[in-house]
Amino acid sequence: MSRSAKVWRFVRKYPLAVLGALICLVFFVVAILAPAVATQDPFAQDLTARYAAPSSQHYFGTDNFGRDIFSRVVYGTRISMPAGFLVVIFSCIFGGIYGAIAGYFGKALDEVMMRIADIVMSFPSLVLAMALGAVFGKTMFNTIMIIVLVWWPKYARMMRGLVLTVRETEYVTSAVVLGERRMTILLRTIIPNCVAPLLVMASADLGAAILMFSGLGFLGMGVAPPAPEWGAMVSDGAAVLKSWWVSFFPGIAIFTVSVAFNFIGDALRDIMDPKLRNLD
Amino acid sequence: MCQVRQKLFEIKDLYQHYPVKGPKVNGEKPCVKAIDGISFDIFDGETLGLVGESGCGKTTTGRAILRLLEGTRGEILYEGENLVTKKAGEMRPLRKKMQIVFQDPYGCLDPRKTVGQIIARPLQVHAAGSAEEINARVLELMEVVGLRPEYVDRYPHEFSGGQRQRIGIARAVALNPHFIVCDEPVSALDVSIQAQVINLMQALQEKYKLTYLFISHDLRVVHHISDRVAVMYLGKIVEIADKDTLYANPTHPYTRALLSAIPEAAQTAQNKERIHLEGDIPSPLNVPGGCRFHPRCPACRDVCRTEVPPTVELEPGHLCQCHFAEEFSQA
Repeated sequence: MSRSAKVWRFVRKYPLAVLGALICLVFFVVAILAPAVATQDPFAQDLTARYAAPSSQHYFGTDNFGRDIFSRVVYGTRISMPAGFLVVIFSCIFGGIYGAIAGYFGKALDEVMMRIADIVMSFPSLVLAMALGAVFGKTMFNTIMIIVLVWWPKYARMMRGLVLTVRETEYVTSAVVLGERRMTILLRTIIPNCVAPLLVMASADLGAAILMFSGLGFLGMGVAPPAPEWGAMVSDGAAVLKSWWVSFFPGIAIFTVSVAFNFIGDALRDIMDPKLRNLD
Repeated sequence: MCQVRQKLFEIKDLYQHYPVKGPKVNGEKPCVKAIDGISFDIFDGETLGLVGESGCGKTTTGRAILRLLEGTRGEILYEGENLVTKKAGEMRPLRKKMQIVFQDPYGCLDPRKTVGQIIARPLQVHAAGSAEEINARVLELMEVVGLRPEYVDRYPHEFSGGQRQRIGIARAVALNPHFIVCDEPVSALDVSIQAQVINLMQALQEKYKLTYLFISHDLRVVHHISDRVAVMYLGKIVEIADKDTLYANPTHPYTRALLSAIPEAAQTAQNKERIHLEGDIPSPLNVPGGCRFHPRCPACRDVCRTEVPPTVELEPGHLCQCHFAEEFSQA
């Protein structure tokens, strides 16, 4: 089969994934080329042009300081996209290792570790994140770490469940019979058979992570102003409904990215299943 | 039968109990008695068949002997060494001498590894040669078990059940073990494939001088492959004998019931009387007192309800746990 035919088959099979991937690609490119894409300095205030409606000069209008919203949304990708990725990557690594250890070594260790995870999970995550945000201060790194702090238990639980299932399979028993060490079995046999569902969850979670990050921004607990953070921008416009564009465009950005990552996550589940691995 | 064979395994008073939550049963803490005190020997180079109904402890026995379970009690003497007291680290070097072939050809192979990786793994773990030597050995093993060497980079899901079972067998024999537990290796396969796999296993036994513990519920397969047969019921071995003795002169009522249930194509009514067993195998949580077979035994008498039967040696190597073994024996 020719290369283009293969690509076409993939597009036909996972149209939403392709759409999601294209949207994400656009956002990535925008993030990388932000200075070229933005039409103005996102921090430049022009108090004579406050709340200007969308026009050919300000594609998305201006906010209450007369800053160009299009440029701010463009620069916002440089905050939200890495933030979402870092939240998911850190949660996945920490939660994954945590859950794998709890599930594999089991017994008392499992009980203690999972009760700790339950305690963290039992807090309303947004409230906990807000409390921690108030304590640690508003920097991008802090906000990311705070979200990780409330997010990892999801991954730990999922990984533990996966490890418990895989641990009982006969191919793990056969690794024991072959004389492999416990740690080797965990790393070489069990974890590789657990990562696919975890990655699916992670990619579907990227959207939610960006949403959470924006939510904290909206509540004033995210990155400190004047950073062009989408959530904070939505919040700025919430009071001036007449100037709908102030909230609308950053809101659309949040929505689009979240949905795009969800599409990718859904398709990944199918692709990662080795039984369906016949596209190569 | 040659009687002066060397014992490879001596299993003495083996127990595998699993504690469970719940109220006390007969004044004891409740536990599932998967294996409840069994003793037998496995001779070097033989095939010992282990038969019984589902849930009687056959599979548990195989895994307990390989020290795959926690909480095993008793003695498993392998060439004089007791495996039960060995720690996981001490077992590791011994593992290359004893392997297992699983029942489920779909669950026993890591779906993320290629056939080559699966068969090479035991050789890598026990550092059996350089990378090229291992590769050569993998291809040789694939030939031996009847897999085309060009399939080496395929994944398990690309194979049929019988082919997967061959992969499992290649992995098991890779390290030239002495002993292989065959845990119902053919019961998940079509009858035509069963015969091929069994022939392969017999050929490998001859080639590599293997000793098999062949676990099965299929009495015809066991008859075909075994030298001796042990019959298990609810965690106990109720009868063990040479294959020919056991099939010609089954003594325990349970053995007789099992053998009478073998369907035969050319069955004649007069030489075969079916013994129907009533009810299901009782729960290993609450084992009947006295003889554990008494609630289902067609020949049950008063003593069976109260007293545990002794092990009677009817003739050399033919042991039976029944109060009336001598009476039932036709020898």
